[in-house]
Amino acid sequence: MIVLDNVNKYYGDYHALVGITERVENNEVLVVCGPSGSGKSTLIRTLNRLEDIDGGQIAIAGQDIHAKGVDVNALRAGIGFVFQQFNLFPHLTALENCMLAPVQLKRASKVEAREQAMLLLDQVGLAHKADAYPDALSGGQQQRVAIARALAMRPSIMLFDEPTSALDPEMVGEVLQVMRTLAKQGMTMVCVTHEMGFARDVADRIWFMAEGKILEKGTPGDFFANPQHPRAIQFLADRNRN
Amino acid sequence: MLELIDTYWLYFLVGQYPDGPLGGLVLTILLSGAALVLAMPLGLMLGIARVSRRRAISLPVGAFVQLVRAVPLLLVLFWVYFFLPAVTGVKTSQATTMLIVLVVFDSVYLAEIVAAGIRALPKGQLESARSLGLGYGQALRHVVLPQTLRHGLPSIVNQLVSTIKATSLGYIIGLSEVSFIATQINTLVFTRAVEVYLILALTYFVLCFGLSRLAFLLERRLQRRPAGAH
Repeated sequence: MIVLDNVNKYYGDYHALVGITERVENNEVLVVCGPSGSGKSTLIRTLNRLEDIDGGQIAIAGQDIHAKGVDVNALRAGIGFVFQQFNLFPHLTALENCMLAPVQLKRASKVEAREQAMLLLDQVGLAHKADAYPDALSGGQQQRVAIARALAMRPSIMLFDEPTSALDPEMVGEVLQVMRTLAKQGMTMVCVTHEMGFARDVADRIWFMAEGKILEKGTPGDFFANPQHPRAIQFLADRNRN
Repeated sequence: MLELIDTYWLYFLVGQYPDGPLGGLVLTILLSGAALVLAMPLGLMLGIARVSRRRAISLPVGAFVQLVRAVPLLLVLFWVYFFLPAVTGVKTSQATTMLIVLVVFDSVYLAEIVAAGIRALPKGQLESARSLGLGYGQALRHVVLPQTLRHGLPSIVNQLVSTIKATSLGYIIGLSEVSFIATQINTLVFTRAVEVYLILALTYFVLCFGLSRLAFLLERRLQRRPAGAH
């Protein structure tokens, strides 16, 4: 469970996150959407401390994660993060990408890590690419490896920061499919995404953000059928037009 | 010229060894190699310190790097050879002096290569390594440095080439490296300076050009395996 209590974040004078108070339940799939610059990426990056916060509190499983003395590496090891730009390690094969952290952090022996990595690559449909280097993979394949790499640490929460935004349209589906499967397995997920189809089908709840605030939240049914805030109405209208 | 080589090749190669200290081309190569091998770990550490987010570390290292880069090697050679013994009371041999100076210079230039490589790597690499729970040191060792060093290989070989050429400055303090030996030979035969120094130049050229080619081939081979984010 993630609990945000009056979270504030500034970049200089710019108020990037404005008093966010919310919670994400266990096994919940949350989609965060909103126009660019709305603070949604900043928000998701504060959840594993890729970004600091300037005020308020974020608690995960009861632990104040931005408190002094928190072991940030241990925290991150339990939270998977998937980047827009995949960020696979180019000098390692797909398999080695998925083995590095578990082996280095002594979560598994090399043999166990290899077995687990193969299993995960199989889950994302890329067992046959285990020995390929990232350069030899398409964008969609790279992102699926990146998801497998994050899962290799057996996280209890998965964060997705616009995982399909850097992909060619024909590759979006394969990545979303992996995310759907993950959601079905009961993973707690926070997904920043513009994929409204995914939000409609998979999300338990949606947050709509603009100007660093959550302006609207609700089930996909309510949000799509009956948006309240003018910004949300505008946002959905723009989406439908495209 | 052949006759010249025939007479003096051994002297050219090893100096007065085994009757005197090792010198000549072998000393030049040994010094350069040893300097680079010793400077490599130092350069890595300095390079990493240079990009440290802690200013107490990055600032002094940065100042040291800038200082060394702005001073001629020859001057430092003088200092270490003439000044240091006066302070410490310990007289260092020419070879040791040269080695110290080369290690200082190499580590500073290698530090710049390493630091530039780390800065050039996309930010997402370090970020994704850290997001998996790896510590900064682990992320450097397993993600950042392997890519940095592979990209930096041509620059590192460049540095070795520079080092080989820099050993010739040892001539000034009477270090019997290959340039010094060539001068000795020139004094002995007296009338054939052009040939003597041509042979010396050719020797440096073969050594340095050979190394560059080797690095080029190595680089191409590494490129067959993808080397980094493009």
